[in-house]
Amino acid sequence: MREFRYHRAAATADAVALLAADPEARPLGGGTNLVDLMKTGAERPALLVDLRDLPLDRIETTADGGLRVGATVTNSDLAAHPEVRRRYPMLTQAVLAGASGQLRNMATVGGNLLQRTRCGYFTAGATEAAPCNKRAPGSGCAAVAGEHRNHAVLGASAHCVAVHPSDMAVALAALDAVVTYETADGPGELPLTAFYRPVGDTPHQETALPPGALVTGVVLPPAPPGASRYRKVRDRASYAFAIGSLAAALDVRDGVVREARLAFGAVASHPWRARRAEQALTGGPADAAAFAAAADAELAAARPLPHNGYKLPLLRDLVVDVLTALTEEAAA
Amino acid sequence: MTTATTAPAATTPATPSVGASHLRVEGRDKVTGAARYAADHPADGLAHGWIVLSTVARGRIRSVDDAPVRAMPGVLTVLHHGNAPRLKEDFAGTFGPDATTRILQHDRVPHAGWPVACVVAETPEQAREAAEALVVTYDTEPHDVTLRPGHPGSHPAETTAMGPGRTEKGDVEAELAASDIVVDAWYTTPEEHHNPMEPHAAMARWEDGRLEVVDSTQGAYATARDLAQLLGLDPADVRVRSEHVGGGFGSKAQARPHLVLAAMAATVLGRPVRIALTRRQTFSLIGHRSATVQRVRLGAGADGRLRALDHAALSATSTVHEFVEPSAAYARSMYDASGHRTVHRVLPLDVPTPTFMRAPGEAPGSFAVECALDELAERCGLDPIVLRARNEPAAGPVSGLPFAGHRLADCFTEGARRFGWAGRDPRPGVRRDGRWLLGTGTAASSFFTGAFPATATATAHADGAFTVRIAAADIGTGARTALTQLAADALDVAPDRVRVLIADSDFGDAWVAGGSMGTRSWGWAVRLAARDLRDRLASGAGIPPEGLTVRANTEEAVRSLAAYERHAYGAQFAEVAVDPGTGEIRVRRMLGVFAAGRIVNPLTARNQLTGGMVWGLSMALHEEAVRDTASGGLVNADLAGYHVAAHADVPAIEVAWLDDPDPDDPVGIKGIGEIGTVGSAAAVANAVWHATGVRHRDLPIRPDRVLAGGAAPVTAAPVTAAPVTAAPVTAAPVTAAPVTAASVTAAPVEQDRAGHR
Repeated sequence: MREFRYHRAAATADAVALLAADPEARPLGGGTNLVDLMKTGAERPALLVDLRDLPLDRIETTADGGLRVGATVTNSDLAAHPEVRRRYPMLTQAVLAGASGQLRNMATVGGNLLQRTRCGYFTAGATEAAPCNKRAPGSGCAAVAGEHRNHAVLGASAHCVAVHPSDMAVALAALDAVVTYETADGPGELPLTAFYRPVGDTPHQETALPPGALVTGVVLPPAPPGASRYRKVRDRASYAFAIGSLAAALDVRDGVVREARLAFGAVASHPWRARRAEQALTGGPADAAAFAAAADAELAAARPLPHNGYKLPLLRDLVVDVLTALTEEAAA
Repeated sequence: MTTATTAPAATTPATPSVGASHLRVEGRDKVTGAARYAADHPADGLAHGWIVLSTVARGRIRSVDDAPVRAMPGVLTVLHHGNAPRLKEDFAGTFGPDATTRILQHDRVPHAGWPVACVVAETPEQAREAAEALVVTYDTEPHDVTLRPGHPGSHPAETTAMGPGRTEKGDVEAELAASDIVVDAWYTTPEEHHNPMEPHAAMARWEDGRLEVVDSTQGAYATARDLAQLLGLDPADVRVRSEHVGGGFGSKAQARPHLVLAAMAATVLGRPVRIALTRRQTFSLIGHRSATVQRVRLGAGADGRLRALDHAALSATSTVHEFVEPSAAYARSMYDASGHRTVHRVLPLDVPTPTFMRAPGEAPGSFAVECALDELAERCGLDPIVLRARNEPAAGPVSGLPFAGHRLADCFTEGARRFGWAGRDPRPGVRRDGRWLLGTGTAASSFFTGAFPATATATAHADGAFTVRIAAADIGTGARTALTQLAADALDVAPDRVRVLIADSDFGDAWVAGGSMGTRSWGWAVRLAARDLRDRLASGAGIPPEGLTVRANTEEAVRSLAAYERHAYGAQFAEVAVDPGTGEIRVRRMLGVFAAGRIVNPLTARNQLTGGMVWGLSMALHEEAVRDTASGGLVNADLAGYHVAAHADVPAIEVAWLDDPDPDDPVGIKGIGEIGTVGSAAAVANAVWHATGVRHRDLPIRPDRVLAGGAAPVTAAPVTAAPVTAAPVTAAPVTAAPVTAASVTAAPVEQDRAGHR
């Protein structure tokens, strides 16, 4: 474990300046992922900039009726916030589906977005011999020919097939959330669906954030119309990463889909907004056959590996089941 | 010499404590943090060791570049094979010879995660950073970590920890040929790891010419004796204590690398040295349960009576020591047949040495045999409980010895009543609750009952209090509390008058907390000592100021036990819900009814039996170490990747027991440490079949496997018992990958009959 410096930032500008000055600096939220990775050597920061004293721990309503969520809001506080529960129930469900109560009490919104993959070849760190292009760029990807039961079926490359582990981010992708950040040159923002970079041949470059940028929060536009839900499937009933998940919102009137929002989790290096499925659904009938066809339209691009093809029927089943339930909810 | 006091205690009869629930005597210390575990003990001048593990799976160490590391902040020494103190070469410890103990003695690397160096520094962080900076170069050799039948390197096991490698009577093939119904099925279980809550840790220091050690061990005396032998010390010069231990499950029954290296470093440096393993390190340094590939063939008449039973089990071991997972031993006492054969093969691979792990042999073996019986019941059109009742052995099927109690049928009767088994629809795949398919399953459970000699002392104090000393270990089982109750009853006093001190090798020889024999073996000695003391006090013996102490040893009593088939029994039940669309399985309820000797403390007994059943659930649905064939290392060596059942997976679990004291043992205990696990995975797997109509013979039954298996259409067609082949996944090609020692990804497609037996 590398010896590191620790600084508790007093102001956002202070944190931004430190992060900009040292490429080996990392922001510290709850530490629930970063500290684990420091122990295995997968992360070796020289400086930790603790964000806990920054005024980024608030949830406020925006002028257009959305919500602004600070980067250091804990996962527990986000899930429990009355306006989140009322207006964005899928977000509460997604956050509560992740980790454990203790971890959610520590973990922050910014940290959740920036958490690293749990691919075993990555997390094992420098003490394991297997290559990993995220950990050691250019060393190769052991998962492609190795253990990849819970790896990507969409959007992966030969350089990396890891999946993003967040549940929260899947709901945020479906909700058209926007990530705000601060740099030494001023503030900026990225839609969540553009926040994560495509894998390509640089899987270690995970986000589109400028160097040294500090994530300051997430802005949620007004909730989409209709009912919404987050459904997660995992190897055990609790405290496990998804093997497939779905965030869905569906607006059905008179048996016709007016608007659909779908995002898949545990299928790609980032939350997978299922726009092809949304297009297939919009204006069509709200029935099981149409839901299945929409799932198939999205999954047509899937390139499963030898041991993760089960995710395709699993996701198809989730789409049909969740959209059917949302349709029934709308009718009731 | 001195005035003697008559003990008020000995004349005060008390209400029997045995059989009444008693809170853990150390419970308050544990929940308030006062209890000290091995890594919690302070020492002046304490230094910290960090073990460097090999990153290659096979080869030789070419160089250890320790000079730069020695210059790092705080580093005190770097031990490696070129400079480490020499250990006894032909070590033969409590569990026999074991070359796995030869740490830093040679340049050979037998597996990924083998200890190749130990860095000692002033702080744990300095030691860790230096250990990670240490450059070790290797000459690598091709490795093989893949367990598969027919491997040319496998050989028949001559012996196992549970008896001979092979037993055979009658003509199995002829009986199979003459059977009306034959079940022939392959079952696999993956590499499993103990994962006690407390990772292993030890502190060693020299004090007045003695090596004083605090270790997280299941047996202080055995560990002290083994450590003395390894280091070439007089056993009297080594003392090991383990006052509190946070779980062991078999992984803390031997001298492990952290202990040996802490002792080495303390000797080299002349300072106290502590080494605490990380969770990740425990995945290669403390043993594990090998994956198993098991073939069970059952031949029966149309009435379900067995004519043939053939159980062949293959497991892996390391290249340095042979440990055979004794899976095929299960049927030797459980089921009789005219043709009866149980065979073990073992395959040395470039993996860490496996070891005893909760219900060694019985856990994977009962999974295979109890599932095969369920398949036989289906094929015979018999209720699974009726089938087992028809196959109750009259005597030991292999030994021919009579049973010293055999209440399996009573367990099933009581279990069926409590579970509501009567009227169960035997058809699979016909019950639904919304998306969920529902099913119920049952299986038998058994664990052998043994005892080892132990030494205990009991002391009467002038103030009416008593102290009992025995080198027992309480690894979370409640042993300390049970021994307190046993001692109180033997002394005819209330438990609050008795203080039981345990886990100190200076207290004398005592068996480890293992084999479900701990409390029985210790309790016997404690009772002998306490009774003797009570009798002496009753006959007027005075109590000198230093107390009156008597010593008891059960060597003779244990050795004179008559030869019987001695076992505890149980009946396991489970109800599961399976979502055929997502592959999710939820266990809705479990019931275990046991005939397992006298229950000393119902509170902690319930806890142990329930815990064992949770482990069975966990084995059925979750636990699986996944080994990367390319690097030879594990890809899920932490608790995020290696799943054990979470609270949300554990349903209402009901535990009951029948009165079943062992008449030949004054305490009547049979041991309950492991029987809760035995059969519980099979009950869950059988319930999954009942829910879906699909037999899942490969553990764990993961969602992807459920999806691959699908839900069988409900027909009257018999389910084939042919060897399992890799079922196709609808959306993706699935190749039948070879079975790695860790991850049994697909059942063997080819049966290598000659090679496997």
